[in-house]
Amino acid sequence: MLIRRPSDILPSEINSETEFNARRDWFKQAAGLGLIAGLPTLAACEAQAQGAKLMGVKPNPTYGLPTDEKLNKFDELKSYCNFYEFGTDKTDPPVMAKSLKTRPWTVAVEGEVLKPQVFDIDALYKLAPLEERIYRFRCVEAWSMVIPWVGFPLSELIKQVQPKGNAKYVEFVTLADKAQMPGLRSGVLDWPYTEGLRMDEAMHPLTLLTLGAFGEMLPNQNGAPIRMTIPWKYGFKGGKSIVKIRFVEKEPRTAWVKAGPSEYGFYSNVNPTVDHARWSQASERRLSEFGKRKTLMYNGYGDQVASMYAGMDLKKFF
Amino acid sequence: MAIHLANSNTSTNVSRTWKNPSTPTVQRIKWALILLGMLPLARLVVGYFTNQLGANPIELITRSTGTWTLVGLAVTLSITPLRKLLNWPWLIRLRRTAGLLAFFYVCLHFTTYIWFDRFFDVEDIIKDVIKRPFITVGFAAFLLFIPLAVTSNNAIIKKLGAKLWQRIHYLVYVIAILGVVHYWWLVKKDLTQPIIYACVFAVLLGSRIVWKLRGATTSVKIAVPPVTKVSRS
Repeated sequence: MLIRRPSDILPSEINSETEFNARRDWFKQAAGLGLIAGLPTLAACEAQAQGAKLMGVKPNPTYGLPTDEKLNKFDELKSYCNFYEFGTDKTDPPVMAKSLKTRPWTVAVEGEVLKPQVFDIDALYKLAPLEERIYRFRCVEAWSMVIPWVGFPLSELIKQVQPKGNAKYVEFVTLADKAQMPGLRSGVLDWPYTEGLRMDEAMHPLTLLTLGAFGEMLPNQNGAPIRMTIPWKYGFKGGKSIVKIRFVEKEPRTAWVKAGPSEYGFYSNVNPTVDHARWSQASERRLSEFGKRKTLMYNGYGDQVASMYAGMDLKKFF
Repeated sequence: MAIHLANSNTSTNVSRTWKNPSTPTVQRIKWALILLGMLPLARLVVGYFTNQLGANPIELITRSTGTWTLVGLAVTLSITPLRKLLNWPWLIRLRRTAGLLAFFYVCLHFTTYIWFDRFFDVEDIIKDVIKRPFITVGFAAFLLFIPLAVTSNNAIIKKLGAKLWQRIHYLVYVIAILGVVHYWWLVKKDLTQPIIYACVFAVLLGSRIVWKLRGATTSVKIAVPPVTKVSRS
């Protein structure tokens, strides 16, 4: 299959975000001083603190900044997020997630696989080279951002555990710790928050197992230490603070599907022509922009993902 | 507790308390209420220009003006029950101010929607109103609010007569209910806030029903002559 590249421009060539460039410069300097050069495999230093820089991250030019886009600010990502385990208001997670313990952390990979394993988070940083990819992020609530994520394709991890033939879906189970997550006291969702992908979606090169953003380790409120990013789907498909990845035969019932089956589907591909049951998905508010943008089919990644849904009634499988 | 309030223009030696403040005092309280009612707007304006409204300021403005409309409605509707409970008849003179403040915020709320959300795209707005139930009820509530605001002056009350005016203004109950339904239907999942407003309005509307029923039973008691017991043979 030929996958067309959306743009061949390096993010570094057109990136105007000064904060971001400053960080790039820092990388270069660090490399020059031999801080990174000598430690290519020790990609992520085992620093525990939030906001720690991720080392050895290489921008993937295939997923650079699209020409008509600007990066959002790191502060926007950190201050405006949904993470119901820490409260349903967008201002809750930045405050309530501060005390989330992200070490020690393990991710159990199990189910229909030949090599089930429990990965330590620090091992995951070294499982594959860390890439920086700039993706559009479209929330089901009709707002969006452009974010430089850091991670590697989920397919790298999948290859290691060797799924069996009957593994048709992947389920992501996220942390549900009452002691750390005050939001769990409310029955707003069926905890733990779970999400899922079809096997071909999980194996797709765009599907990113995400460990950082803006060159740093993931902030707690954005799903530290490990989350999923599936840029052609609505944001909630990307489970945060993942503790378990299960390979299963049947389509998993995800948290939002359980909460509102008429409003949230398993696929939840960004689609301007299929509205949410209560609001329109035709346009979106890009944070930091005054006007609204027309929402793009598959969030602008149609050239890479549309073939997976050929022949499907997208109004039915929303 | 008899709190003595300023009453410079009263020549009689009436003892002024919270039950019967002088007209200038009520006037001052009214202005204080207006100033208080402008604080949420001031916060939004200052916040907008100092970048304090977060990553999605338009959303915050939309939510805030909607919330303050509901608060304004709740304050307006609590004046009659409070007046009765406290026996402070003068409170009625604040009701119009409170109601107009609520209307002021619903206008801001509506403007934010048609301007910053739909950018005056009439076709888009019409589609929204027809297709989206939460917008349909919100829009209906806004339309119903207009006649109340328009008839909120003494000249019109005189022209319409108190009875007709009163009948028009019963719409405020419909508006309050539609307002809460609008909120209820728009939240993604967490209904805590809409439930709080629903409870507040339930108490405010319920108290009126209770009073009405009590009034009815009282009048029945007066109307019906005492029944003498007749023993059955």
